[in-house]
Amino acid sequence: MKKLLLILFVVLTGVQVYAQKFKSSESNIRFFSKAPIEDIEAVNTEATSIIDVDSKSFVFVAPIKGFSFKKKLMEEHFNENYLETDKYPKAIFKGKIENWDVGKGEAVVVAKGEMSIHGVEQQVSIEGTINYGDDNVTIKSVFLIALKDYKIKIPKALFYNIAEVVEVTISFQYQPYVQN
Amino acid sequence: MYKIKIALILFIFSFTSYAQDELLELLEGESQGTDYVSATFKSTRLVNGHSVEVRSKGVLEFIISHRFGTLNSGYEQFWGLDISSIRLALEYGLTDNLNIGIGRASFEKVIDTFLKYRLVRQSNSFPVTITGFGSLTRKTIDVPGLEGVDRNTYSGQVLIARKFNPNLSLQLMPIVIQRNLVPTRRDANLLFALGLGGRYKVTNRVAINAEYYPQLTEFSDGFENSFAIGVDIETGGHVFQLHLTNAVQMNEQGFIGGTTDNFFDGDIHYGFNISRVFDLRPKTR
Repeated sequence: MKKLLLILFVVLTGVQVYAQKFKSSESNIRFFSKAPIEDIEAVNTEATSIIDVDSKSFVFVAPIKGFSFKKKLMEEHFNENYLETDKYPKAIFKGKIENWDVGKGEAVVVAKGEMSIHGVEQQVSIEGTINYGDDNVTIKSVFLIALKDYKIKIPKALFYNIAEVVEVTISFQYQPYVQN
Repeated sequence: MYKIKIALILFIFSFTSYAQDELLELLEGESQGTDYVSATFKSTRLVNGHSVEVRSKGVLEFIISHRFGTLNSGYEQFWGLDISSIRLALEYGLTDNLNIGIGRASFEKVIDTFLKYRLVRQSNSFPVTITGFGSLTRKTIDVPGLEGVDRNTYSGQVLIARKFNPNLSLQLMPIVIQRNLVPTRRDANLLFALGLGGRYKVTNRVAINAEYYPQLTEFSDGFENSFAIGVDIETGGHVFQLHLTNAVQMNEQGFIGGTTDNFFDGDIHYGFNISRVFDLRPKTR
Protein backbone atom coordinates (compact mmCIF):
# COMPACT_ATOMS: atom_id res chain seq x y z
CA MET A 1 0.00 0.00 0.00
CA LYS A 2 2.70 2.40 1.06
CA LYS A 3 4.70 1.36 -1.97
CA LEU A 4 1.80 2.12 -4.24
CA LEU A 5 1.32 5.56 -2.75
CA LEU A 6 5.00 6.18 -3.21
CA ILE A 7 4.79 5.12 -6.85
CA LEU A 8 1.72 7.28 -7.30
CA PHE A 9 3.54 10.20 -5.76
CA VAL A 10 6.59 9.72 -7.96
CA VAL A 11 4.46 9.29 -11.06
CA LEU A 12 2.42 12.40 -10.33
CA THR A 13 5.36 14.60 -9.42
CA GLY A 14 7.11 13.16 -12.45
CA VAL A 15 4.20 14.28 -14.59
CA GLN A 16 4.60 17.74 -13.15
CA VAL A 17 8.31 17.86 -13.86
CA TYR A 18 8.19 16.50 -17.37
CA ALA A 19 5.02 18.25 -18.44
CA GLN A 20 6.70 20.34 -21.09
CA LYS A 21 4.74 23.51 -21.34
CA PHE A 22 5.62 26.41 -23.56
CA LYS A 23 4.20 29.88 -23.22
CA SER A 24 4.09 32.50 -25.95
CA SER A 25 6.68 35.23 -25.69
CA GLU A 26 5.63 36.93 -28.89
CA SER A 27 2.34 36.81 -30.72
CA ASN A 28 0.86 38.29 -33.82
CA ILE A 29 -2.70 37.79 -35.01
CA ARG A 30 -3.69 39.64 -38.15
CA PHE A 31 -6.99 39.63 -39.89
CA PHE A 32 -7.58 40.81 -43.37
CA SER A 33 -10.82 41.49 -45.19
CA LYS A 34 -10.71 42.09 -48.90
CA ALA A 35 -13.66 44.15 -50.10
CA PRO A 36 -14.47 46.27 -53.15
CA ILE A 37 -14.25 49.68 -51.47
CA GLU A 38 -11.39 49.15 -49.11
CA ASP A 39 -9.32 46.38 -47.62
CA ILE A 40 -9.55 46.17 -43.88
CA GLU A 41 -6.70 44.97 -41.77
CA ALA A 42 -6.08 44.75 -38.05
CA VAL A 43 -3.19 43.42 -36.01
CA ASN A 44 -3.18 42.13 -32.46
CA THR A 45 0.04 41.53 -30.56
CA GLU A 46 -1.60 41.05 -27.15
CA ALA A 47 -2.71 37.45 -27.53
CA THR A 48 -1.23 34.79 -25.27
CA SER A 49 -0.90 31.08 -25.82
CA ILE A 50 0.32 27.91 -24.15
CA ILE A 51 1.30 24.57 -25.65
CA ASP A 52 1.56 21.45 -23.56
CA VAL A 53 3.80 19.12 -25.52
CA ASP A 54 2.83 16.01 -23.55
CA SER A 55 -0.89 16.28 -24.05
CA LYS A 56 -0.43 18.15 -27.36
CA SER A 57 -2.86 20.71 -26.03
CA PHE A 58 -2.85 24.13 -27.59
CA VAL A 59 -4.79 27.14 -26.32
CA PHE A 60 -4.75 30.82 -27.08
CA VAL A 61 -6.59 33.86 -25.81
CA ALA A 62 -6.81 37.07 -27.82
CA PRO A 63 -8.28 40.21 -26.21
CA ILE A 64 -10.55 41.70 -28.89
CA LYS A 65 -9.59 45.22 -27.80
CA GLY A 66 -6.03 44.36 -28.78
CA PHE A 67 -6.90 44.49 -32.49
CA SER A 68 -5.40 47.68 -33.80
CA PHE A 69 -6.77 49.25 -36.99
CA LYS A 70 -5.26 52.02 -39.00
CA LYS A 71 -8.55 53.90 -38.75
CA LYS A 72 -9.40 54.43 -35.11
CA LEU A 73 -13.07 55.00 -35.84
CA MET A 74 -13.21 51.67 -37.61
CA GLU A 75 -11.61 50.10 -34.54
CA GLU A 76 -14.31 51.68 -32.40
CA HIS A 77 -17.05 50.31 -34.64
CA PHE A 78 -15.37 46.89 -34.69
CA ASN A 79 -15.54 46.80 -30.90
CA GLU A 80 -18.88 48.55 -30.41
CA ASN A 81 -21.00 47.22 -33.24
CA TYR A 82 -19.56 43.99 -34.57
CA LEU A 83 -17.67 42.10 -31.88
CA GLU A 84 -19.55 43.69 -28.94
CA THR A 85 -16.34 43.67 -26.97
CA ASP A 86 -17.87 44.83 -23.71
CA LYS A 87 -19.97 41.66 -23.68
CA TYR A 88 -17.47 39.31 -25.31
CA PRO A 89 -13.98 40.62 -24.54
CA LYS A 90 -11.95 37.63 -25.72
CA ALA A 91 -11.50 35.22 -28.57
CA ILE A 92 -10.45 31.82 -27.23
CA PHE A 93 -9.22 28.67 -28.89
CA LYS A 94 -8.67 25.45 -27.00
CA GLY A 95 -7.82 22.23 -28.68
CA LYS A 96 -5.38 19.51 -29.46
CA ILE A 97 -2.69 19.30 -32.06
CA GLU A 98 -3.42 16.19 -34.07
CA ASN A 99 -1.13 14.17 -36.31
CA TRP A 100 1.92 15.54 -34.58
CA ASP A 101 4.72 13.07 -33.92
CA VAL A 102 6.34 15.10 -31.22
CA GLY A 103 9.89 15.67 -32.24
CA LYS A 104 12.30 18.40 -33.05
CA GLY A 105 11.94 20.24 -36.29
CA GLU A 106 9.13 21.54 -38.43
CA ALA A 107 5.87 19.70 -39.04
CA VAL A 108 2.57 20.44 -40.74
CA VAL A 109 -0.18 19.75 -38.23
CA VAL A 110 -3.87 20.28 -37.60
CA ALA A 111 -5.21 21.78 -34.39
CA LYS A 112 -8.71 20.52 -33.64
CA GLY A 113 -10.83 22.12 -31.01
CA GLU A 114 -13.23 24.79 -29.97
CA MET A 115 -13.03 28.40 -31.14
CA SER A 116 -15.03 30.98 -29.24
CA ILE A 117 -15.56 34.41 -30.79
CA HIS A 118 -18.37 36.88 -30.06
CA GLY A 119 -19.75 34.45 -27.49
CA VAL A 120 -20.28 31.72 -30.10
CA GLU A 121 -18.42 28.41 -29.89
CA GLN A 122 -17.55 26.48 -33.02
CA GLN A 123 -15.70 23.22 -33.56
CA VAL A 124 -12.85 23.97 -35.92
CA SER A 125 -9.74 22.39 -37.31
CA ILE A 126 -6.92 24.67 -38.27
CA GLU A 127 -3.94 23.68 -40.35
CA GLY A 128 -0.60 25.16 -39.53
CA THR A 129 3.07 24.50 -39.04
CA ILE A 130 4.79 23.86 -35.75
CA ASN A 131 8.52 24.17 -35.30
CA TYR A 132 9.83 22.49 -32.18
CA GLY A 133 13.30 23.82 -31.52
CA ASP A 134 15.75 23.06 -28.75
CA ASP A 135 14.36 25.52 -26.31
CA ASN A 136 11.55 27.17 -28.18
CA VAL A 137 8.48 26.50 -30.30
CA THR A 138 7.01 28.45 -33.19
CA ILE A 139 3.50 28.10 -34.58
CA LYS A 140 2.20 29.67 -37.74
CA SER A 141 -1.16 29.32 -39.42
CA VAL A 142 -3.45 30.98 -41.93
CA PHE A 143 -7.15 30.18 -41.83
CA LEU A 144 -10.50 31.63 -42.78
CA ILE A 145 -13.33 32.71 -40.52
CA ALA A 146 -16.86 33.17 -41.79
CA LEU A 147 -18.42 36.01 -39.82
CA LYS A 148 -21.85 34.45 -39.86
CA ASP A 149 -20.52 31.35 -38.06
CA TYR A 150 -19.94 33.60 -35.07
CA LYS A 151 -23.14 35.63 -35.47
CA ILE A 152 -21.24 38.78 -36.38
CA LYS A 153 -23.84 40.81 -38.22
CA ILE A 154 -23.03 43.18 -41.04
CA PRO A 155 -25.83 45.55 -42.01
CA LYS A 156 -26.41 45.79 -45.75
CA ALA A 157 -26.38 49.58 -45.98
CA LEU A 158 -22.90 50.02 -44.69
CA PHE A 159 -20.26 52.32 -45.91
CA TYR A 160 -17.36 50.04 -45.24
CA ASN A 161 -17.93 46.97 -47.28
CA ILE A 162 -16.79 44.08 -45.19
CA ALA A 163 -16.12 40.69 -46.68
CA GLU A 164 -18.17 37.85 -45.22
CA VAL A 165 -15.09 35.71 -44.79
CA VAL A 166 -11.94 37.14 -43.30
CA GLU A 167 -8.45 35.72 -43.46
CA VAL A 168 -6.69 35.26 -40.14
CA THR A 169 -2.94 34.82 -39.87
CA ILE A 170 -1.50 33.76 -36.53
CA SER A 171 2.09 33.52 -35.47
CA PHE A 172 3.26 32.59 -31.99
CA GLN A 173 6.72 32.18 -30.55
CA TYR A 174 7.11 30.22 -27.35
CA GLN A 175 9.59 29.87 -24.52
CA PRO A 176 9.51 27.16 -21.82
CA TYR A 177 6.82 27.92 -19.29
CA VAL A 178 8.00 28.65 -15.80
CA GLN A 179 5.41 28.48 -13.08
CA ASN A 180 5.63 31.46 -10.77
CA MET B 1 -6.29 -1.58 -3.88
CA TYR B 2 -9.12 -1.66 -6.39
CA LYS B 3 -10.35 1.66 -5.11
CA ILE B 4 -6.98 3.21 -5.50
CA LYS B 5 -6.75 1.99 -9.07
CA ILE B 6 -10.08 3.57 -9.87
CA ALA B 7 -9.04 6.76 -8.17
CA LEU B 8 -5.83 6.72 -10.14
CA ILE B 9 -7.65 6.15 -13.42
CA LEU B 10 -10.18 8.87 -12.62
CA PHE B 11 -7.40 11.20 -11.65
CA ILE B 12 -5.43 10.67 -14.84
CA PHE B 13 -8.57 10.86 -16.94
CA SER B 14 -9.62 14.13 -15.35
CA PHE B 15 -6.08 15.41 -15.76
CA THR B 16 -6.11 14.93 -19.53
CA SER B 17 -9.64 16.10 -20.17
CA TYR B 18 -9.17 19.25 -18.17
CA ALA B 19 -5.67 19.90 -19.46
CA GLN B 20 -6.81 22.54 -21.95
CA ASP B 21 -8.97 24.36 -19.45
CA GLU B 22 -6.09 24.29 -17.01
CA LEU B 23 -3.85 25.85 -19.65
CA LEU B 24 -6.48 28.52 -20.23
CA GLU B 25 -6.56 29.24 -16.53
CA LEU B 26 -2.82 29.79 -16.60
CA LEU B 27 -3.35 32.43 -19.30
CA GLU B 28 -6.39 34.00 -17.66
CA GLY B 29 -4.53 34.47 -14.43
CA GLU B 30 -2.18 36.94 -16.00
CA SER B 31 -2.83 40.60 -15.50
CA GLN B 32 -3.51 42.83 -18.47
CA GLY B 33 -2.14 46.31 -19.04
CA THR B 34 -4.11 49.56 -19.08
CA ASP B 35 -7.49 49.02 -20.64
CA TYR B 36 -8.94 52.25 -22.04
CA VAL B 37 -12.66 52.80 -22.35
CA SER B 38 -13.73 53.67 -25.86
CA ALA B 39 -16.88 55.16 -27.38
CA THR B 40 -18.20 56.98 -24.33
CA PHE B 41 -20.37 58.82 -26.87
CA LYS B 42 -20.98 58.18 -30.56
CA SER B 43 -20.26 61.73 -31.64
CA THR B 44 -18.09 64.69 -30.71
CA ARG B 45 -21.40 66.43 -29.87
CA LEU B 46 -23.97 65.47 -27.28
CA VAL B 47 -26.60 67.60 -29.02
CA ASN B 48 -25.62 71.28 -29.18
CA GLY B 49 -22.61 71.07 -26.92
CA HIS B 50 -19.46 69.02 -27.15
CA SER B 51 -18.89 65.56 -25.73
CA VAL B 52 -15.54 64.32 -24.41
CA GLU B 53 -14.96 62.50 -27.70
CA VAL B 54 -12.23 63.70 -30.05
CA ARG B 55 -11.36 62.67 -33.59
CA SER B 56 -8.10 60.81 -33.95
CA LYS B 57 -5.08 62.03 -35.85
CA GLY B 58 -5.62 62.74 -39.53
CA VAL B 59 -9.39 62.46 -39.40
CA LEU B 60 -11.44 65.28 -40.88
CA GLU B 61 -15.06 65.57 -39.85
CA PHE B 62 -17.66 67.57 -41.73
CA ILE B 63 -20.74 68.48 -39.69
CA ILE B 64 -23.92 69.93 -41.13
CA SER B 65 -26.35 71.14 -38.48
CA HIS B 66 -29.86 72.55 -38.83
CA ARG B 67 -32.30 73.91 -36.28
CA PHE B 68 -35.77 74.60 -37.62
CA GLY B 69 -38.45 76.95 -36.26
CA THR B 70 -40.64 76.03 -33.30
CA LEU B 71 -43.05 73.12 -33.54
CA ASN B 72 -45.82 75.32 -32.08
CA SER B 73 -45.62 77.87 -34.89
CA GLY B 74 -48.51 76.22 -36.73
CA TYR B 75 -49.27 75.52 -40.36
CA GLU B 76 -48.32 79.04 -41.43
CA GLN B 77 -44.66 78.18 -40.70
CA PHE B 78 -45.21 74.50 -41.49
CA TRP B 79 -44.61 73.71 -37.82
CA GLY B 80 -41.19 75.24 -37.97
CA LEU B 81 -39.80 73.62 -41.09
CA ASP B 82 -40.02 76.87 -43.12
CA ILE B 83 -37.34 78.43 -40.98
CA SER B 84 -33.89 77.10 -40.45
CA SER B 85 -30.72 78.06 -38.71
CA ILE B 86 -27.63 76.39 -40.13
CA ARG B 87 -24.10 75.70 -39.03
CA LEU B 88 -21.47 74.13 -41.24
CA ALA B 89 -18.25 72.99 -39.65
CA LEU B 90 -14.97 71.28 -40.33
CA GLU B 91 -13.10 69.63 -37.51
CA TYR B 92 -9.74 67.93 -37.69
CA GLY B 93 -7.59 65.69 -35.50
CA LEU B 94 -4.11 67.22 -35.25
CA THR B 95 -3.13 64.42 -32.89
CA ASP B 96 -5.10 61.58 -31.33
CA ASN B 97 -6.05 63.95 -28.52
CA LEU B 98 -5.94 67.47 -30.00
CA ASN B 99 -8.68 68.70 -32.35
CA ILE B 100 -9.09 71.99 -34.13
CA GLY B 101 -12.34 73.21 -35.63
CA ILE B 102 -13.96 76.03 -37.54
CA GLY B 103 -17.66 76.61 -38.09
CA ARG B 104 -19.93 79.16 -39.61
CA ALA B 105 -23.50 79.73 -38.48
CA SER B 106 -26.29 81.54 -40.28
CA PHE B 107 -27.54 83.09 -37.02
CA GLU B 108 -25.80 86.50 -36.74
CA LYS B 109 -23.29 85.12 -39.27
CA VAL B 110 -21.14 83.79 -36.44
CA ILE B 111 -17.80 82.24 -37.23
CA ASP B 112 -16.45 80.04 -34.47
CA THR B 113 -13.06 78.46 -34.02
CA PHE B 114 -12.06 76.08 -31.29
CA LEU B 115 -9.37 73.86 -29.85
CA LYS B 116 -10.28 70.73 -27.96
CA TYR B 117 -7.85 68.55 -26.05
CA ARG B 118 -8.43 65.22 -24.35
CA LEU B 119 -6.38 65.32 -21.18
CA VAL B 120 -7.03 61.88 -19.77
CA ARG B 121 -9.01 58.80 -20.76
CA GLN B 122 -11.18 56.60 -18.59
CA SER B 123 -9.48 53.26 -18.03
CA ASN B 124 -9.22 50.46 -15.51
CA SER B 125 -6.99 52.78 -13.50
CA PHE B 126 -8.83 56.12 -13.95
CA PRO B 127 -12.58 56.72 -13.49
CA VAL B 128 -13.36 59.44 -16.04
CA THR B 129 -12.40 60.97 -19.36
CA ILE B 130 -11.56 64.68 -19.18
CA THR B 131 -11.46 66.94 -22.21
CA GLY B 132 -10.74 70.66 -22.30
CA PHE B 133 -12.39 72.99 -24.79
CA GLY B 134 -11.70 76.59 -25.73
CA SER B 135 -13.38 78.68 -28.40
CA LEU B 136 -13.39 82.10 -29.98
CA THR B 137 -16.44 83.27 -31.87
CA ARG B 138 -17.04 86.40 -33.89
CA LYS B 139 -20.31 87.85 -35.15
CA THR B 140 -19.78 88.94 -38.73
CA ILE B 141 -23.32 90.20 -39.32
CA ASP B 142 -23.51 93.80 -40.52
CA VAL B 143 -25.01 95.77 -37.61
CA PRO B 144 -24.33 99.50 -37.30
CA GLY B 145 -22.33 100.23 -34.17
CA LEU B 146 -21.20 96.64 -33.63
CA GLU B 147 -17.46 97.01 -33.97
CA GLY B 148 -14.13 95.44 -33.08
CA VAL B 149 -13.86 93.12 -30.11
CA ASP B 150 -17.53 93.74 -29.26
CA ARG B 151 -18.20 91.13 -31.90
CA ASN B 152 -16.18 88.50 -30.06
CA THR B 153 -16.91 85.97 -27.36
CA TYR B 154 -14.54 83.53 -25.72
CA SER B 155 -15.34 80.35 -23.90
CA GLY B 156 -13.57 77.75 -21.84
CA GLN B 157 -15.08 74.44 -20.84
CA VAL B 158 -14.12 71.30 -18.98
CA LEU B 159 -15.91 68.13 -20.09
CA ILE B 160 -15.87 65.23 -17.63
CA ALA B 161 -17.56 62.00 -18.61
CA ARG B 162 -17.84 58.49 -17.32
CA LYS B 163 -19.07 55.46 -19.20
CA PHE B 164 -20.80 53.59 -16.39
CA ASN B 165 -21.61 50.58 -18.51
CA PRO B 166 -21.77 49.83 -22.24
CA ASN B 167 -25.10 51.68 -22.46
CA LEU B 168 -24.97 54.51 -19.97
CA SER B 169 -22.57 57.45 -20.11
CA LEU B 170 -22.96 60.68 -18.13
CA GLN B 171 -21.18 63.97 -18.61
CA LEU B 172 -20.61 67.07 -16.51
CA MET B 173 -19.49 70.12 -18.48
CA PRO B 174 -19.06 73.41 -16.61
CA ILE B 175 -18.37 76.34 -18.91
CA VAL B 176 -17.35 79.97 -18.63
CA ILE B 177 -18.16 82.39 -21.45
CA GLN B 178 -16.84 85.93 -21.81
CA ARG B 179 -19.20 88.06 -23.89
CA ASN B 180 -17.78 91.42 -24.81
CA LEU B 181 -21.25 92.75 -25.55
CA VAL B 182 -24.27 91.58 -23.54
CA PRO B 183 -28.00 91.96 -24.29
CA THR B 184 -28.83 94.17 -21.29
CA ARG B 185 -27.17 95.74 -18.27
CA ARG B 186 -28.48 92.91 -16.09
CA ASP B 187 -26.59 90.28 -18.04
CA ALA B 188 -23.10 89.53 -16.85
CA ASN B 189 -20.25 89.67 -19.33
CA LEU B 190 -18.74 86.65 -17.68
CA LEU B 191 -21.30 83.87 -17.81
CA PHE B 192 -20.99 80.65 -15.85
CA ALA B 193 -23.09 77.61 -16.66
CA LEU B 194 -23.12 74.05 -15.44
CA GLY B 195 -23.74 71.53 -18.16
CA LEU B 196 -25.21 68.12 -17.47
CA GLY B 197 -25.79 65.46 -20.05
CA GLY B 198 -25.75 61.82 -20.92
CA ARG B 199 -26.61 59.09 -23.30
CA TYR B 200 -28.32 55.74 -23.13
CA LYS B 201 -27.59 53.27 -25.88
CA VAL B 202 -30.72 51.51 -27.08
CA THR B 203 -29.07 49.25 -29.65
CA ASN B 204 -25.49 49.03 -30.93
CA ARG B 205 -26.14 51.83 -33.40
CA VAL B 206 -28.83 53.92 -31.72
CA ALA B 207 -28.52 56.04 -28.59
CA ILE B 208 -30.66 58.61 -26.81
CA ASN B 209 -28.89 61.78 -25.69
CA ALA B 210 -29.90 64.67 -23.49
CA GLU B 211 -28.19 67.81 -22.23
CA TYR B 212 -29.09 70.73 -19.98
CA TYR B 213 -27.08 73.90 -19.42
CA PRO B 214 -28.36 75.76 -16.34
CA GLN B 215 -26.76 79.21 -16.08
CA LEU B 216 -25.24 80.10 -12.72
CA THR B 217 -24.96 83.83 -13.33
CA GLU B 218 -27.94 86.22 -13.44
CA PHE B 219 -29.57 86.78 -16.80
CA SER B 220 -32.36 89.07 -17.97
CA ASP B 221 -35.98 88.15 -18.62
CA GLY B 222 -36.71 86.53 -21.90
CA PHE B 223 -33.70 84.23 -21.76
CA GLU B 224 -33.89 80.55 -20.93
CA ASN B 225 -31.54 77.71 -20.09
CA SER B 226 -30.91 75.46 -23.03
CA PHE B 227 -32.24 71.93 -23.01
CA ALA B 228 -32.06 69.29 -25.69
CA ILE B 229 -32.95 65.66 -26.20
CA GLY B 230 -32.05 63.63 -29.23
CA VAL B 231 -31.36 60.34 -30.94
CA ASP B 232 -27.99 59.30 -32.41
CA ILE B 233 -28.04 56.90 -35.32
CA GLU B 234 -24.63 55.70 -36.42
CA THR B 235 -23.94 53.95 -39.71
CA GLY B 236 -20.22 53.44 -40.19
CA GLY B 237 -18.66 56.75 -41.20
CA HIS B 238 -21.83 58.78 -40.63
CA VAL B 239 -23.59 59.78 -37.44
CA PHE B 240 -27.10 61.20 -37.73
CA GLN B 241 -28.26 63.11 -34.69
CA LEU B 242 -31.92 64.09 -34.62
CA HIS B 243 -33.14 66.22 -31.74
CA LEU B 244 -35.61 68.49 -30.07
CA THR B 245 -34.26 71.61 -28.38
CA ASN B 246 -35.24 75.11 -27.33
CA ALA B 247 -32.00 76.53 -28.77
CA VAL B 248 -31.54 77.71 -32.33
CA GLN B 249 -27.85 78.52 -32.08
CA MET B 250 -25.19 75.86 -32.26
CA ASN B 251 -22.12 77.44 -30.74
CA GLU B 252 -21.59 77.71 -26.98
CA GLN B 253 -22.09 81.46 -26.59
CA GLY B 254 -25.28 81.19 -28.63
CA PHE B 255 -27.16 78.27 -27.16
CA ILE B 256 -26.11 78.85 -23.55
CA GLY B 257 -26.36 82.63 -23.38
CA GLY B 258 -28.73 83.42 -26.21
CA THR B 259 -31.60 80.94 -25.97
CA THR B 260 -34.95 82.71 -25.70
CA ASP B 261 -37.44 79.89 -26.16
CA ASN B 262 -38.93 77.83 -23.37
CA PHE B 263 -38.88 74.12 -24.10
CA PHE B 264 -41.71 73.34 -21.68
CA ASP B 265 -43.96 76.03 -23.19
CA GLY B 266 -43.74 74.14 -26.47
CA ASP B 267 -41.13 76.38 -28.11
CA ILE B 268 -39.37 73.30 -29.38
CA HIS B 269 -37.15 73.26 -32.41
CA TYR B 270 -36.61 70.15 -34.42
CA GLY B 271 -32.98 69.87 -35.52
CA PHE B 272 -30.30 67.56 -36.77
CA ASN B 273 -26.54 67.16 -37.02
CA ILE B 274 -25.09 65.00 -39.75
CA SER B 275 -21.46 64.13 -39.43
CA ARG B 276 -19.24 62.47 -41.98
CA VAL B 277 -15.63 61.53 -41.28
CA PHE B 278 -12.82 61.31 -43.79
CA ASP B 279 -9.47 59.73 -43.05
CA LEU B 280 -6.94 62.00 -44.73
CA ARG B 281 -3.82 59.99 -43.99
CA PRO B 282 -2.22 58.32 -46.97
CA LYS B 283 -2.93 54.65 -47.45
CA THR B 284 0.11 52.55 -46.68
CA ARG B 285 -0.80 49.53 -48.71
